[in-house]
Amino acid sequence: MSIELKNVSKVFGQVAAVRNVSFSVKDGELVALLGPSGGGKTTVLRMIAGLEVPTSGDILIRGQRVNDIRVQNRNIGFVFQNYALFKTMNVFKNIAFGLKVKKWKKPDIEERVQSLLELLDLKGMEKRFPHQLSGGQRQRVAIARALAPKPSVLLLDEPFGAVDAKIRQELREWLVHLHDDFNVTTLFVTHDQEEAMEVSNRIVIFSKGNLEQIGSPREVYEQPSNEFVARFIGVMNVLEAMVEGGIARVNELEFPTPDLKNGEKIKIGFRPYAVQISTDLALYRYRGVLRHTFFLGILLRLELELPSGQILRSRITKEEYAILGLKDGMEISCQIKQFRILSTENATLTAEITPNLPAPLPLGEGI
Amino acid sequence: MSSRKFNALPGFGLTLGFSVLYLSIIVLIPVSALVLKSLQITWPEFWAVIKSKQAISAFKLTFGASLIAGALNCIFGSLLAWVLVRYRFPGKKLIDGLVDFPFALPTAVAGLSLAALFSKDGWLGSFLIPMGVQVTYTRIGIVIALTFVGMPFAVRTLQPVLENLDASLEEVAATMGAGRFRTFCQVVGPSLLPAILTGFALSFARAVGEYGSVVFISSNLPNKTQIAPSLIFAFLETNDYTKATAVAAVLLVISFVILGIINYLENWSSRFNQ
Amino acid sequence: MAGNLKSIQRKGSEIAEKRGTEESPVVKWTLISLAVLFAVLFLLLPLLNVFYQAFHSGLQVYLDSLRDADSKSAIILTLKVAAVTVPLNVIFGLAAAWAIAKFDFRGKSLLNTLIDLPFSISPVVAGAMYILVYGVHGYFGPFLMKHDIRVIFSTPGIILVTVFTTFPFVARELIPIMQSTGTEQEQAALTLGAGGFRTFWQVTLPSVKWGIIYGVILCNARAMGEFGAVSVVSANVAGETQTIPLRIDSLYLESKTAAAFALASILAVLALISMAIKTYFEWKTEREEALAQMVVEEPS
Repeated sequence: MSIELKNVSKVFGQVAAVRNVSFSVKDGELVALLGPSGGGKTTVLRMIAGLEVPTSGDILIRGQRVNDIRVQNRNIGFVFQNYALFKTMNVFKNIAFGLKVKKWKKPDIEERVQSLLELLDLKGMEKRFPHQLSGGQRQRVAIARALAPKPSVLLLDEPFGAVDAKIRQELREWLVHLHDDFNVTTLFVTHDQEEAMEVSNRIVIFSKGNLEQIGSPREVYEQPSNEFVARFIGVMNVLEAMVEGGIARVNELEFPTPDLKNGEKIKIGFRPYAVQISTDLALYRYRGVLRHTFFLGILLRLELELPSGQILRSRITKEEYAILGLKDGMEISCQIKQFRILSTENATLTAEITPNLPAPLPLGEGI
Repeated sequence: MSSRKFNALPGFGLTLGFSVLYLSIIVLIPVSALVLKSLQITWPEFWAVIKSKQAISAFKLTFGASLIAGALNCIFGSLLAWVLVRYRFPGKKLIDGLVDFPFALPTAVAGLSLAALFSKDGWLGSFLIPMGVQVTYTRIGIVIALTFVGMPFAVRTLQPVLENLDASLEEVAATMGAGRFRTFCQVVGPSLLPAILTGFALSFARAVGEYGSVVFISSNLPNKTQIAPSLIFAFLETNDYTKATAVAAVLLVISFVILGIINYLENWSSRFNQ
Repeated sequence: MAGNLKSIQRKGSEIAEKRGTEESPVVKWTLISLAVLFAVLFLLLPLLNVFYQAFHSGLQVYLDSLRDADSKSAIILTLKVAAVTVPLNVIFGLAAAWAIAKFDFRGKSLLNTLIDLPFSISPVVAGAMYILVYGVHGYFGPFLMKHDIRVIFSTPGIILVTVFTTFPFVARELIPIMQSTGTEQEQAALTLGAGGFRTFWQVTLPSVKWGIIYGVILCNARAMGEFGAVSVVSANVAGETQTIPLRIDSLYLESKTAAAFALASILAVLALISMAIKTYFEWKTEREEALAQMVVEEPS
C-alpha cells in the first residue's frame, strides 16, 4: 500500500470538510479524486501532503503513519493548482530547488534537471522565468519540479484547471505517459468526470466531505453505488415515478418493479445509451419524435419527446445515426433497455434491472 | 488553538511574538504613559488648562486651519486626481510624481522653503506683499503649510476610486440624455463622495498633528498664531508636564476619533464600490 | 498605496484614449490648466526654491555651510540615528508582514491598526509620550537616573522617537505585497523539503525585494527628516544633540538662511531619490504584472 487513509476527518471551524474517509492507493497507481467543488477532495490531498492536519484519523504513506511528520519530511511531490512556480527563479532553479534542499551534488543536479527537461519537452527553457512561459509549459515545469527529488508520491491539485481546453488534452496525455515512465504513485484532484475517467486507473468520488465510491472508471460508471455517483458520472435520465400494482409509471413510461409496494414514490434512472431507437414505428413500445440532435463528435445525443411531452435523452454513434437515417422532427419508436431504481443519496443502489423486452437491434451495444 | 487555522508555514509564533513585543515597547508603553498621566489629572485641573485663553486659541487655530486646509485639499486634490486620471497632457508624469513630494519631503524643509517663498524677497512674497497679502507669520501661512503637507492624502485616496469607477455608469447617463454637468453631479459625484471624505479626514488628521512645517512659517505667538502642538512644546519646555499632558491627551483622543471615522469611511467606501 | 498607483496610470491612459463621454475641450483644458498651475505654484515651486536658496549665494557658500563643524556633527548624528532606526524597522516590518500576510489569527485587525497609529499621532504628542516614560519626571525616570542612563535629551531618546514615527513604513509596503503573492510558493517550497528559514530567504524575500527597498528608502528619508518628535526629546545643543532638521531650524533662527537651505537641500535630494526609486519600483511591478498576465503562445 502506498497511501492509506483510515477514518480521516477534517473540521474547519464549524464546517466538516471531510467526514470519516478511508481508502487506500496501491503502489504505482494513478488515482483521481473526483467530486464537485467543496466536496473535500482538495482537503484530502492537502492532508496527505501535510499542508493540512486531519482533525481525526490516520494517514499512512508506505505503511508509516505520517500524521506527525512535517510536510518537509514526507517526501511527496505536490503540484499546485496555479503551479506556484517561484517567480524570482528561472526554470532550472525552480526544478533544482528540491535537489539543493536535499543537498545533491552539483553535477547530479545538473544531470537530473536536464533529464527532466528533456522528458517534459522543456529543453532550451532553462533560463526562462515563469512569466515567460505558456500555461502548458508552466504546468510541465511544476510537474518537473515536483518529480525532481524522486518523491514516493506525486500529488496534483486540479492540474489541468488553469490551462485552456486544447492544451488540457495534451497535458492529460503527458500525465499518463509520465506516470508510465516514472511509475510513481499519483493522486490528482479534479472536478471534471471526463478527465478522471480518461486519465486514472481508479477514481475516488467525494461529495460534501463523504467518500461516495471508489472504483475503476468502468465500475463507477456501470455500477454506481448511489444516486449521487450515478448522476455525477456521465449523463443520466432521472424520472420520478409512483408504484402501482408492481409497475412504476411516469406518463406513458412503465417500469416493472414487482418488489415495491403500492403508492411508493421512487426515482427511476437510466443512461442515454439504454434508450434504444428505431425508425420502424412498430418495433419498440413507445412512440416519440426526435426533437433535437446534439453532435458531440463521434457520439450524438438525441432529445426525444413522447406524446405526453416527456423528454428522454438518448445516445448513439454517428454510424447508427446514418444507418437509421434519422433527422430532427422524425417520428420514431423507442424503449428503455435497462434502468435503475434510485433511492435517496448515499443509500446503496440496487442492481440494474433489465426488463423482458422484444429483441433489440444489435446496434448501440456497449456504448 | 482553534482561533487560528492550521498553516504549514513556520514562524508564526516567532514573528507575531516579536511584532507584539516591538509594538508594546514602541507604541503601547508610551501611549499608556500618556493615558495614565492624564488620568492622574483631576477634572478641575484639566479644565483649567483646556479652558485657558491660550489653549482655546490654540485649539481654535489648529482645528480651524486644519478644516480650511482639509477643504482646500478636497477641492484641489479632487481637481488633480480628476485631471491625472481622465486626461492626457504633456507633463502629466511630472505632476503625478509631484503629488507625492510633500509626503517625501521632511516637514522642516517644507516649512523652511514655504517661509522663504512667501518672504518679502521670495518668489511669491515679492508679488504678494506689495499687494498687501502677508503670508509668513500669519494664519494664512499656517493654512498654506497645512494644505501642503495634506495634499498627497487627498489625491492618492481619490485616484484609485476614480480609476475603478465604472465607465458604463457615465455612458448610461449620456445615452439617457444627461449632459456632462448633470452626469457629474448626480452620477459621478455621489460615488466619489466616500473617497473624497476619506481624503478630507486623512489630510485633516495630518494637519491637526503637523508641527515642523508650521513653526517655520508661523510667528508662533501665544493667543495669535500658536497651534496646539506648539503649545504642548511650549509647556514641555517650561516643564509644565500636567498642562502638556492635558493638551496632548486632547490631541490623542482626536487622533483616535479621526482614525475611527477614517476606518468607517473606508468600509463605507469599499461597500459602495462593490 | 504604491502598488496600485501605477495601475492607475496605465488604466488612466487607456481611458483617456477611448472614452466617448468626455467634457468639451474648453472645460477639459481649463481643468488641466488649473491643475497644472496649482501643482507648479504649490508643489514644484517649494522644491525648486530649496535648491535656488541653497545655491544662489554661490557654490563656495554652499560647501562652507556643509563644512561647518556643527552642521557636520548634525549630519553624523542623523546618519547614526538612521543607521539604528532603519534596520530595526526592517526587521519589525518583515516579522509583522510575515505574521499578518501569511497567517489568519484573532486580533489581526487590531495589530494592523496599531501599525498605522504613528501616522495619526502628532509627532509632538509622540515626543511628549516618550518624555512621560523616560524623562526625569517620567515613569521610568527614577530608575534611569539611578543607573545613570540618559534617554531624553540625548541620542537614545532621538532614536526611540524616530523609530516610533517611522516604523510603519516598511511593514506598510510589505504587507500588501506579501498578501498578494499568497502562500502557495512557500507551501511549494515546503513540499520540496525546504525548511522555514530557507523558504523565507530564497522564496519570500526575493519576491518582496522591491517592497523592502522602497520601504527602507521611505523609512530612511523620514528618519533623517523627522523634526517635531525629535525637537521635543532632544536637548537641541549644537554639535551634540542636533540632527539635520534641528540644525536647519537653529540656522534659520540665526538668520543664516543660505546655510539652512544648504542642509535642507541634502534632505530634499533624499526625498527626490526616494520618489525616483518609487517610480522605478512601480514601473517594475507594472511590467511584471503585465508579463505575468501575458500568455505565451504554445509552440505546437
